Amino acid sequence: MLGQIFQITLLNLRNLPSRLGSSSVIVVGIGGVVTVLVAILAMAAGFSETLNRAGAPDRAIVLRGGSSSAELSSTIDLQRSQYVATLDGVRLASGELYTVADIPKRATLLPSNVVIRGVEQSAFEVRPELRIIEGRNFTPGRNELIAGRGASAQFLGIDLGATVELRQSDWTVVGIFESGGSAYESELWADLATAQSAFRRFSLISSMRVLLEEPGAIESVRGDFENNPAVDLSITSEEEFFRSQSEFLTTLITGFGYGVALIMAVGAMFAALNTMYAAVSTRTVEIATLRALGFGSAPVVISVLVESVALALIGGLLGAAVAWFGFNGYTVSTLNQGSFSQVAFDFAVGPDILITGIVWALTLGLAGGLFPALQAARLPITRALRGD
Amino acid sequence: MSIIQLNQVSRHFTKGRQKVEVLNDLDLEIEEGDFLALMGPSGSGKTTLLNLIGGLDQPTAGSVEVAGRQLVGLSSRKLAQWRSRNIGFIFQFYNLLPILSARRNVELPLLLTRLGGRQRRRNADVALAIVGLGDRAGHKPGELSGGQQQRVAIARAIVADPRILVCDEPTGDLDRETADEILDLLELLNREHGKTIIMVTHDPKAATHARRTLYLDKGSLVREAA
Repeated sequence: MLGQIFQITLLNLRNLPSRLGSSSVIVVGIGGVVTVLVAILAMAAGFSETLNRAGAPDRAIVLRGGSSSAELSSTIDLQRSQYVATLDGVRLASGELYTVADIPKRATLLPSNVVIRGVEQSAFEVRPELRIIEGRNFTPGRNELIAGRGASAQFLGIDLGATVELRQSDWTVVGIFESGGSAYESELWADLATAQSAFRRFSLISSMRVLLEEPGAIESVRGDFENNPAVDLSITSEEEFFRSQSEFLTTLITGFGYGVALIMAVGAMFAALNTMYAAVSTRTVEIATLRALGFGSAPVVISVLVESVALALIGGLLGAAVAWFGFNGYTVSTLNQGSFSQVAFDFAVGPDILITGIVWALTLGLAGGLFPALQAARLPITRALRGD
Repeated sequence: MSIIQLNQVSRHFTKGRQKVEVLNDLDLEIEEGDFLALMGPSGSGKTTLLNLIGGLDQPTAGSVEVAGRQLVGLSSRKLAQWRSRNIGFIFQFYNLLPILSARRNVELPLLLTRLGGRQRRRNADVALAIVGLGDRAGHKPGELSGGQQQRVAIARAIVADPRILVCDEPTGDLDRETADEILDLLELLNREHGKTIIMVTHDPKAATHARRTLYLDKGSLVREAA
C-alpha cells in the first residue's frame, strides 16, 4: 500500500510541471492568505512584545487609586510621593509627570499623541536598561528633551538638535535613547521640574515607578495602601500594567487578522478545490488506467491529497517568507488605548506565528484536495476509462 | 480446461428512471489458451462483457468465474489485487502515461509486485523486446507512433505475466498495416506464450486473427464462428 501511494504520488508530482499555471493558483492563493495572516499576527505580537518588554518583575507603578490603569488621569501630590518612597519593600522610587502632546507623524503628517514624561535622575536608576545612544541627557532646569528611538523615527521634527514646540514653548532635542525596544522608546523625556512648570502641573506628579526590594514586596506595599485608605493609591507590577494595556489592542488585531485570513482562506480554498478538480479531471483516464492495472483507490485519494498539500506547503512557505522578509522588524506606531498615546513597535514574525501560517496552509491544502481526491477514487473505472 | 466461465450473467444500467439491459442471461465458457474475438453492433454489450471478464465491473445477476476465482461479490480492493495478477489490459487509445518513458510505462504493473527496481526494469526491457521495441525504451509516448504506442501498451499488459489479455478495440485507432502488425503480435502472444486473449473489435479482418469469433446483439450471444 505504502509503495503504491509513493509511486502514484511521485507520478502526480512529476506531472506538476505540465500543469504549472493551474497549480500556481493554489500556491499564490494560499501564499497570500499566509502572508496576510502572518503579517497581522506579527503586528499584534510586536505590539504586545513592545509593551511587555517595558515591564520588569521587580518594578511597579503607583497610581492614584481611581486610575488603576492610566497614568494620564492619575495625580499624586508631593506628600504622597514622599510616603511611597519610605515604605518597606521599596528600594527606589521615581516620581514622574506623564502628559501627552500633539506632534505630526512622519508617515501621515497628521498630529498624534506623543508621551512626554517628566523625570528625575532616579528614573534612570529605576530603569537601568535605558541608555542614551546619541547626544546627551537633558540638563535640569532647561527646556531640553531626550527622545526615545521609536519616537524619533515616528514623529516629525524629533531629531537630534532640532527644536520642537510643545504647549507654546520651545524644546530642544538633545539626545536619543533606547530601552531594549520597550514602549518607553516611544516617549519624550524631560526634566521633571521643568516639565511641571511648562505644563502647569506644579509639584504634582502622575505616577511613581518603584524599584522593589524583590518582586514579592509588592504585596507588602499593597497591604500598606489598603491599611491606609486615606492615601488612595494603588500599586501594580509593571508586567501586569503593560499586559493589561496591550490586551485590548492585541486581541483586536489578532481577531481582525484571523477574520481577514478566514475570508481570504475561503477564496483560496475554492481556488484549490477548482485547481484540484481540474487536475483530477484532466487525468481521469490516467487515474482509471492505474486503477484498472490494479492500483487501489486509497493510494489514488492519498496521492491527490499529497499533491494538494504539497502545493499548499509551497504556498505557505512562500507566504511566510514574504511576511518574514517584508514585515519582520518593520516599525510602525499606533495609538495605545491604555495610555492614549502613540506606541512605536516592530512587527515580530516569530516561529510560533510562522508555524500558525504553515498550519493554515496545510489545512487549506487538505480541504482543497479532499473532495477532488474522493471524486477521483469513486468514479467507476469503466466510466473513467471513457474519460466521462 | 475453461479459464473463464460466465453463468446466467445479466448487467443492467439505470439511466434516470429507465432501466437499460445491456447483457441478458448470458452464458459463456472460454478455454485457457483461446483467442476469442467479440463482435457485434455498437451497444450490443461487447465492452460490458469484456469489463466483467476483466474484473472492472460487476454483473447485476449471475456468476463470473475467471482464472479460478469467483469475481461476483469481491470488494474493489480484492478485485484490484486480482486484476494486477491475472489480467493484462490493452485499450483502443493505448492509455499510456505521457510523462513516463516506454520503460516506465511498462514497469507500472510491476510496481504492485515485490520486485526490486533493477528487476522491474529488466522485466520491462524483456517485455519491450518481445513487442519489438527494445530500442525505444527511453522514449516517451509522444515520441512514438500509434503502432509503437500500442506495442508499449501490449508490453505493459504482458510484463507481469498475466494469464489473460483483455483487448478493447486494440486496432481501432491504427491504419490497416499497423493494425495487422499488432494483431500478428497478439497471435504470437497467444500461440507462443499461451496467453488467453479476449478481443472486442468491429473489424472483421481483425477477427480473422482470432481462433474463434462470438457475435453479440442486444446483450445476447447470437452466433459463433470458428
